[in-house]
Amino acid sequence: MSDIYIAKSNFRGVIERLMGRYRVCAPVKNGSSHDFAPIEDPSEADLGFRNSRLSPKGIFHPQAECMFDYNLAGEDPQAGILTEARKDFSPQVVLGIRPCDAKAFRLDDANFDTDSLKDPWWVRRREATTLIGLACDDPCSTCFCISMGGGPYDTAGLDVLLLDTGEGYAAQVLTERGKNTLEATSGWSSVPSAISALTLEKKAAAEQRIGQAFDPAILVQKDMIELFKSPIWEEVQFACINCGACTFLCPTCWCFDIQDEVCADKGERLRLWDSCMFPLFTLHGSGHNPRSQKVQRVRQRFMHKLKYYQDKYNSGPACVGCGRCVQACPVNIDIRQVGRLMASPGCSCPA
Amino acid sequence: MNNPYLPYPVRIDSIVTETEDRNLKTFKLVFLDGNHEKEFAYIPGQFAILSVAGLGEIPIGIATSPSERGFIKFTVNKVGKVTSRLHNMKAGDVMGVRGPMGNSYPWDLLEGKNVLIIGGGFAFTTLRSSIVYMIDPKNRSRFGNIDVVYGARSPGLLLYKDELAQWERRSDINMHITVDGTDDPNWQYNVGFVPVITRQKAPSAENCYAIICGPPIMIKFTLPVLTELGFPPERIISSLEMRMKCGIGICGRCNIGAEYVCKDGPVFTLERLSKLPDEY
Amino acid sequence: MQTYTEKIRQAAKRLLSEKRVDAVIGFRKGTVVFMNEPYLAKLPEQADQLVWDGNCGINLANYLPNMTGNIAIAAKGCDSRSIVIHLLENQIKREQLYILGIPCHGMIDKRRIQARLNGSEVLEAVDTGPNVRISGRDFEQTLERADFLQENCAICTHKNPVIYDELLGEPVEEQQIDRYEDIRRIESMLPEEKRLYFEDLIKPCIRCYACRNACPACYCPTCFVDESKPQWVGKTIDPTDTFTFHFLRAFHLAGRCTDCGSCERACPVGIKVRLFTKKLEKEVKELYGYEAGVLQDRQPPLDTYRPEDPEPFLG
Repeated sequence: MSDIYIAKSNFRGVIERLMGRYRVCAPVKNGSSHDFAPIEDPSEADLGFRNSRLSPKGIFHPQAECMFDYNLAGEDPQAGILTEARKDFSPQVVLGIRPCDAKAFRLDDANFDTDSLKDPWWVRRREATTLIGLACDDPCSTCFCISMGGGPYDTAGLDVLLLDTGEGYAAQVLTERGKNTLEATSGWSSVPSAISALTLEKKAAAEQRIGQAFDPAILVQKDMIELFKSPIWEEVQFACINCGACTFLCPTCWCFDIQDEVCADKGERLRLWDSCMFPLFTLHGSGHNPRSQKVQRVRQRFMHKLKYYQDKYNSGPACVGCGRCVQACPVNIDIRQVGRLMASPGCSCPA
Repeated sequence: MNNPYLPYPVRIDSIVTETEDRNLKTFKLVFLDGNHEKEFAYIPGQFAILSVAGLGEIPIGIATSPSERGFIKFTVNKVGKVTSRLHNMKAGDVMGVRGPMGNSYPWDLLEGKNVLIIGGGFAFTTLRSSIVYMIDPKNRSRFGNIDVVYGARSPGLLLYKDELAQWERRSDINMHITVDGTDDPNWQYNVGFVPVITRQKAPSAENCYAIICGPPIMIKFTLPVLTELGFPPERIISSLEMRMKCGIGICGRCNIGAEYVCKDGPVFTLERLSKLPDEY
Repeated sequence: MQTYTEKIRQAAKRLLSEKRVDAVIGFRKGTVVFMNEPYLAKLPEQADQLVWDGNCGINLANYLPNMTGNIAIAAKGCDSRSIVIHLLENQIKREQLYILGIPCHGMIDKRRIQARLNGSEVLEAVDTGPNVRISGRDFEQTLERADFLQENCAICTHKNPVIYDELLGEPVEEQQIDRYEDIRRIESMLPEEKRLYFEDLIKPCIRCYACRNACPACYCPTCFVDESKPQWVGKTIDPTDTFTFHFLRAFHLAGRCTDCGSCERACPVGIKVRLFTKKLEKEVKELYGYEAGVLQDRQPPLDTYRPEDPEPFLG
């Protein structure tokens, strides 16, 4: 399917037709920010947003979800035996996702969807979802996707990429799934010829505005133990208050806890977001804690994202440069700065 | 799609209190569905996640050898919520098991070699699995000499006492059982810390692999002995512990550097460990 | 504001060179507009990195519990009161501290400024004292600082430090103001209205605990939320569990919270958690006539018992 075009005046109809066949998640205005949420009416979708406050990872990996149910009624022969909780994996569309977040899901796939093991909830949701992305023309000053191997018009992880041409959207159809989803709607026409030149201009302008952070490839070359023992961590760690804000907002942070909750005779096993920033994260039953000190936890976060993940999967860092952690950190610990320190020769601190 | 978080239902067949302080119990578990036992095919060194509905899950080394059919055994130390509940359960109760997990001892490397097993306290479970596996008539000829140094604080704290005595009487395995101290006049075996007995009784390091499991303090003092005796880092094997939840390398919490202890471990050679950050 | 930066640097340099302290806790310039990063200067040369302006909203007293050695700390009014609470609760010793008191003109609320601009991003901001000059890609504006203060700063009645070793500026005039207008409005709601109001307020919470971790008075080695034997409260975003966390935390802060606003600043989803803590602050003020950390010799009322404590529940 070649690239297609829809005028903005007709876009509501597209969303309506999508909603006829899919559950549609789109950026919804929430006070002065946006969050991805299922929409009940096309008018709720606001594609004029910059990026969502929370990452859309909640669509595949919610903050909390029930994995299994069970009952604990003594006489029941099924007591204590877990059964999978019923889930809704009906087809859905995420409309307006930014290239950085779509790329993040690819990075998360390396964790949840392996040859030997598949996380059934993540994988089934990914299979049921079409990602229709929206290229970035107005990046924030905290964006640094290009340094992390992405870009404002990057197509990695997307099924369709929409480019805002002013009067309408030009859609690059990238995958078979994207093609099938768009064929379910109508109202598209072929792309007006002037658009391609305009697109290249806009792409270049957006790329120009995105700041350079640091080169993650340098960290691949560096010795893991040397980075681990570097004196920079003592300085980086001071301000950190070990809250979970960065990890919870980050689209490539996936760590979770598994807990059982019981009410009278019924119980659930659920999983919920957890964070390497929390002291309990690595606490052994014996009381031993390999990361009992704040400096160890702070180091773990950056080493994992920028070094361990690169070494493990050979596909770049576990960071897409979305900048949410930079904006959300209450004490302004900036991953761009930490990355620079890690990548600097001899790993020394400026002061 | 197979759900790796869903436990196999099992029934507790029997519970044996192993130690005089009653903190360690061995649970013999039987699968409710015979097919599950086949799916649970495991290798000595691996662990499983024991699941108690309503409480949670815990990672525990598998104490049986695959040569023992029809059941699996786990020796559990009572430390927290889940283990306390387990200790209060009785034969006939239903619980769950997920696994097998982890990377097992490197049996391909141990073919034709002498094996020195060193265990301390209640870290002896996967070592029991390994010993039973090796001395099984079907497997014994694959290995050279087998020496075992196993110590606990006192006689009452040793695990699998009946089996230890049986193995002691065999000629195809050299047992060096020891306690830190005892006032029992009938104690027939060694008295001394594990590192000391290791130095005294260890076989030649030539053509030999050492597998060591125990509390951090024991490992700390025994490793230098092994090095002194000539064991190189690639022939010293250890099994690590870590706080785990999923056990399958997905929840992200048990990492050391780029390795997940649950999936890329828990068995590591000293050589491999030396390349990882010292955070475990 | 410029002068504060110079004065902090001079004091820090002096204290570090004379080895009067081992470290100075202050701020250094942030990498993002409207933000500064808490910074620990240990060498005299590092003192030049210290800054002070209207972006120093995080309460530095948060870093004090269990610190060893001698420490200098920059403290505005609310911070200094938090230090008093720490002293009363034995989290740090007075002789360890050299407090650089800063009479405060209030901190800037970046969310209020961003909300006013309807989407345009502020790229630079200069705090001139009475004004804040902001500029973005295609705009420039000068704002009245007083219109964009953090909410707690706008109603602050303790701008001057209550404890210090050195005062770095002239005391500012304290204001008389009704601190509890918004609380009374909520108090007067009908129960159902109140329930919906709080449900709506709490809805965005993702249980990240930034509010708790930014709070200097939350220093428990194991927070009640993290206890597992027994587990008092669930950790999902279930509304009841989320309410329990916020309400109970506010109760634990009763009489100890100095309304520094760090909790609201830290919250990544902008929840007005101070509505809980201020309610308890009002209760404690009315019942015990007590304000947290103002007097150095008065324990927070819930930390102690006095025979004359009001007991309206006794018949």
